[in-house]
Amino acid sequence: MRELDKKAAEAIEKKAPLGPDINIDAYAEKPPIHNKVDDLSTLPDDDKDVMLQAGVDVNEAERSGSYIQKDSSAVFSFSHDDGLEVIPIREALEKLDWVHDYYWKLIAVDTDKYTARAHLDLQDGYVIRALPGCKISFPVQTCLYLEREGSTQIVHNIVIAEEGSEVHIISGCAAAAHATKGLHIGISEFFVKKNAKLSFTMIHHWAEDMIVRPRSATIVEEGGLFLNNYVSMRPIKSIQAYPTTYLEGKNAVARFYSLLVGSPGSEIDMGGRVYLRSEETRAEIISRAITNGGNIIARGDLIGEVPGVKGHLECHGLILNGGFMHAIPELSGKIDGVEMSHEAAVGKIAQDEILYLMSRGLTEDEATATIVRGFLNVDIPGLPSKLKAEIDRAVQLSQKDVM
Amino acid sequence: MLVIEDLKVRLGGKEILKHIDLVIEPGETHILFGPNGSGKTSLLMTIMGYPQYEVVCGKIFFKDKDITDMSINERAELGIGMSYQRPPSIQGLKTRQMVHLCGRNGVDVDSLASRMNFTDFLDRDINVGFSGGEIKRSELLQLMAQDPDLLLFDEPESGVDLENIALIGNTINQLLERDVKGTADKSKKEIMKLRTKMGLIITHTGFILDYVTADKGQVLFDGILACRSNPNAIFKQIKEEGYEECVRCAS
Ligand SMILES: Nc1ncnc2c1ncn2[C@@H]1O[C@H](COP(=O)(O)OP(=O)(O)OP(=O)(O)O)[C@@H](O)[C@H]1O
Ligand SMILES: [Mg+2]
Repeated sequence: MRELDKKAAEAIEKKAPLGPDINIDAYAEKPPIHNKVDDLSTLPDDDKDVMLQAGVDVNEAERSGSYIQKDSSAVFSFSHDDGLEVIPIREALEKLDWVHDYYWKLIAVDTDKYTARAHLDLQDGYVIRALPGCKISFPVQTCLYLEREGSTQIVHNIVIAEEGSEVHIISGCAAAAHATKGLHIGISEFFVKKNAKLSFTMIHHWAEDMIVRPRSATIVEEGGLFLNNYVSMRPIKSIQAYPTTYLEGKNAVARFYSLLVGSPGSEIDMGGRVYLRSEETRAEIISRAITNGGNIIARGDLIGEVPGVKGHLECHGLILNGGFMHAIPELSGKIDGVEMSHEAAVGKIAQDEILYLMSRGLTEDEATATIVRGFLNVDIPGLPSKLKAEIDRAVQLSQKDVM
Repeated sequence: MLVIEDLKVRLGGKEILKHIDLVIEPGETHILFGPNGSGKTSLLMTIMGYPQYEVVCGKIFFKDKDITDMSINERAELGIGMSYQRPPSIQGLKTRQMVHLCGRNGVDVDSLASRMNFTDFLDRDINVGFSGGEIKRSELLQLMAQDPDLLLFDEPESGVDLENIALIGNTINQLLERDVKGTADKSKKEIMKLRTKMGLIITHTGFILDYVTADKGQVLFDGILACRSNPNAIFKQIKEEGYEECVRCAS
């Protein structure tokens, strides 16, 4: 810990290479302490409404466990499944030695000022662990909820899918209806062990003046699968993230899907990077981005380091009402025998598609909405249908904002 | 009834239809012949209302309304529908949803699809990667759901294999209410008189004539409808002597 403290202290002013630089101290409002609740249904209705939109089911029907953090406080943390552990990270760091084997193991604490701050001013976060061989039947849900206007929320999450386990997580990040301004720093480290399967679906439901700086990394061992879905449809001031995945074992697979909407005033800089480090590993990064006045940079980077790996990168962008879209796909093969491809397309909605639908009786607006919905409707193999339904719902809820 | 009067159409600065007069009575089906590039697709797209086809002069009436300046969807609502030669594909829009949209959510998509031998395609994105013949079936399936009164078919049978051609021919027949039989209280002739569906079918191969008994044939040549006559007679003449001769005989 002392080593971490020292490194973090040294990096406290270190700017990130990407995204507008943020003065963290401008978000210094002190978050209130929220008491723990025994039952999610006792949360205020306003909170529940917002959480629902970010995919959180406060009745916990068909959920294997939940972690809810309001501002800096872990207010609820529970597992309904014997094969699943859900623990607030502060408690875990205090009581469980093994957690230290995972804390800051995939991300350097001195990456930038946000990682440094996340260590020095850690508020809370979750440790979720699926025990070896356990297939967790229902999704685990987490919610990081920012209520205090002008404050900074700092979380650190660790997710471990032990050997042969399978777990699906849906993570909603949301700002309270009245909160418009805030900073969220989120560190996430994912460990997918041998033959384990982890899907992580994150739905962002932030506000116009929110700044978000996630820093996440994943390691996938032999035969493991990491499926990462990200949906951000609501207005946001700035998000910059470049999650990195290391495929370290034979046959490991990573698949990233993101659906992004940039509203006027939004700066979105989202990427995905996968190192294919072992034979027969496969990676796929697919993004669909729509701007109706915002700035979007969609990055993708595949690095093939050994022969016999396969990767595909796909960035499709749609410009609806002005705005700026920059797709930056990168491939690097360090050796013969890597098979990697990319596909990038940025454009407006094709007029002939609109006219085709109009000739079937749709108005121009209906036709446009139908095409946009289709654009955002990507098939995600391996995702439970309930989670796909949550993604579809998030897309639909924001359709009004998009059009 | 569809009435086209003295229609002149420009596309990309080029005059592609010079002078078109055409009347399709309720219950009538016409076959449209013409060499490549003669403007057949353009005529159908103009009737459907595609804005890039600029009507320089003339008028189009449908069901006694002047539709010359109507938008595409208003025409669709009024009862005009089209099966395209080369429709666009739409990523992420499932064929199932598309057929639902065509039927304004009031149709049984699965039963329509099974009639069209298209069940396996319902969960694919519309037209994405469809083969030439599959596109034709997809288009007809959409028209079945839409059920318009004036049906414009742009080469519905080109690229279709021999087995599916019967399916396509018979479906077009049904859509155009051509498959009528006499009943106890009405003769076939009486029922035929009550038909209202109108059709305009483009064909090069003539295969469709084996299934659809059309009322009239038209030949589009050099931007005008140069000949109207019995469709089978026209087709025979074109086959034997070519378009130019066929048109010469008319004038
Ligand atoms: N954007 C355009 N600008 C100029 N000319 C065009 C444009 N699009 C099509 N054309 C021309 O208009 C003419 C009529 O085309 P159209 O598609 O109506 O022919 P068609 O009779 O349907 O032919 P086919 O039998 O090959 O389907 C052709 O010569 C075509 O090249
Ligand atoms: Mg044509």
